[in-house]
Amino acid sequence: MRPGAVIGRAAAVTLLLLGAAVILLPFLWMLSLSLKPADEIFTPGVDLLPSRLEWSNYVRAFSEVDLARYLLNGVIVCAGILVFQILFAVPCAYALAQRRFKARTFVFGLVLAGLLVPFHVTAIPIFLGLAQLKLLNTYTALIVPFVASVFGIFLFRQYFAQLPADLFEAARVDGLSETAIVWRIAFPLAFPAATAFAIFSVTAHWNDLFWPLIVTSDPSLATPPRGIVYFRDEEAGDDLGPLMAGAAVITAPLIIGFLLAQRKFTQGIAFGGLQG
Amino acid sequence: MRPLLTRAWRETVTDMWLAGPATLAMLVLIFIPVGIVAILSVTDYQFGARSFRWVGVDNYVTLFTDPIGRRALVNTLIYVAVVIPFSMGLALAVALGLHRLAAWWPWLSSLLRAAYFLPVAATLVAMAIAWQMLLHPNIGLVNSTLAAIGLPGRDWLSDRGLVLYTLAAIGIWQTVGYNMVLFLAGLSAIPQHLYDAAAVDGADRGWDRFWTVTWPMLGPTTLFVAVITATNAFQVFETVATLTRGGPAFASDTLVYALYREGFVYFKAGYASAITMVFFVVVVVLTLLQFRVLERRVHYR
Repeated sequence: MRPGAVIGRAAAVTLLLLGAAVILLPFLWMLSLSLKPADEIFTPGVDLLPSRLEWSNYVRAFSEVDLARYLLNGVIVCAGILVFQILFAVPCAYALAQRRFKARTFVFGLVLAGLLVPFHVTAIPIFLGLAQLKLLNTYTALIVPFVASVFGIFLFRQYFAQLPADLFEAARVDGLSETAIVWRIAFPLAFPAATAFAIFSVTAHWNDLFWPLIVTSDPSLATPPRGIVYFRDEEAGDDLGPLMAGAAVITAPLIIGFLLAQRKFTQGIAFGGLQG
Repeated sequence: MRPLLTRAWRETVTDMWLAGPATLAMLVLIFIPVGIVAILSVTDYQFGARSFRWVGVDNYVTLFTDPIGRRALVNTLIYVAVVIPFSMGLALAVALGLHRLAAWWPWLSSLLRAAYFLPVAATLVAMAIAWQMLLHPNIGLVNSTLAAIGLPGRDWLSDRGLVLYTLAAIGIWQTVGYNMVLFLAGLSAIPQHLYDAAAVDGADRGWDRFWTVTWPMLGPTTLFVAVITATNAFQVFETVATLTRGGPAFASDTLVYALYREGFVYFKAGYASAITMVFFVVVVVLTLLQFRVLERRVHYR
């Protein structure tokens, strides 16, 4: 290799490593503070490494606020949303892709038009509706607004449309009901689409602050981001270690998921981004 | 004939059973609310009020003439205008670097790719709080580092002239990895024979290769990334709500945050609906543009 090329490569790798260091800095600082004893946090300086590991910050994060509750709420809300999204989207997507009916164009038109509507746009009327029904500050308020995922219907429809019609015809001949075909044949075949959609949906709703901020004021219903904001607002500045420990804990599930299934994750989130 | 009729009827019931619930849910949760927002935007309705008046385009006029409304619009545009070039430029540079690196040091390349993508997968609210600590005026790493090399620290999140750019920097930090993935996909779709052909014509080194092959071939991807970055940046909310609440003195107020504040803190449903409609129109234009570009990109390949 020419010496110029070697220098070029070395420079490129150095720049890429520096860039990655900047990207990782907030993560490292969060971990560092979460493990630092309080007095070291308040010593101005550039020490990234604590002198000793203060694991009690993590214990205090769980005892000073109901962090376990926030995590549980996150699981309940994300699982609830995902289950209902799939229950609604999969049969509809199957009908759109593999059945001929009069309203098909209309329904698919709704799906395409729905892709243009960000959730923020529907927030005020949905809030009004939930208030009318006295459903504010409930799990229902956190879950129901998201059950109609046009993105989910679209994704599954595209997937089902690629499957051969003969496959479903054969199942009909075997006497399977359409409902059975949807859940026992079509849905298992769409597993790759379902994984990508699940990752997209769970990431979006685990991380969402907008809607929990609007429909819940009861801390016992706080989802992880809402909960960590409560924690930040409550602590008077002397609990930064536990606060950072809490932030690390609520970020951990998705980060671990991402590191374990990088390809799937990148796909799922990249897909979802198409919807804006 | 009777069994046939029954059969047709049964088919219809099956279609309704399969597609009906989702259709109903779409109407109730998406389309009817959009209609209600449009109507509310020409009223002075307040949450909890017993009645309302029709006020025509007053809410829109307020949004575009009131200093606070204008502030939110202008801030959002500045935010988008800062995030797009930096997020895209950095993402392209990283993608080019990682793409080359993958040829001779694959595992380092995939390790770095994961590192750059990490902010996209992370919980932005938690990371915003981590940024708050990094940027803390007294004990934050950023000001400590500046002090160590003899520079004065800044109030990154409470200086009126600076705060919007600080938020934009966090926005850039969060989106570089996402755009990088899109650029990497674009790069891997460029056929090697184009580079070989360019080499025959004498373009066999760095910049020549980039300008004769890579950049023109990435054109559709670049356009797509630009539109998607704009759409996402336009919806900035989490960092504003967590770090500044639009302050100080509305210096970091943005459209979605204003929607939230006017609607759900001050309960001015009518005015917040007008903000929603303006936001909606911009997002629709951007999304249609995105579909158009996506279509072209498919044809291009």
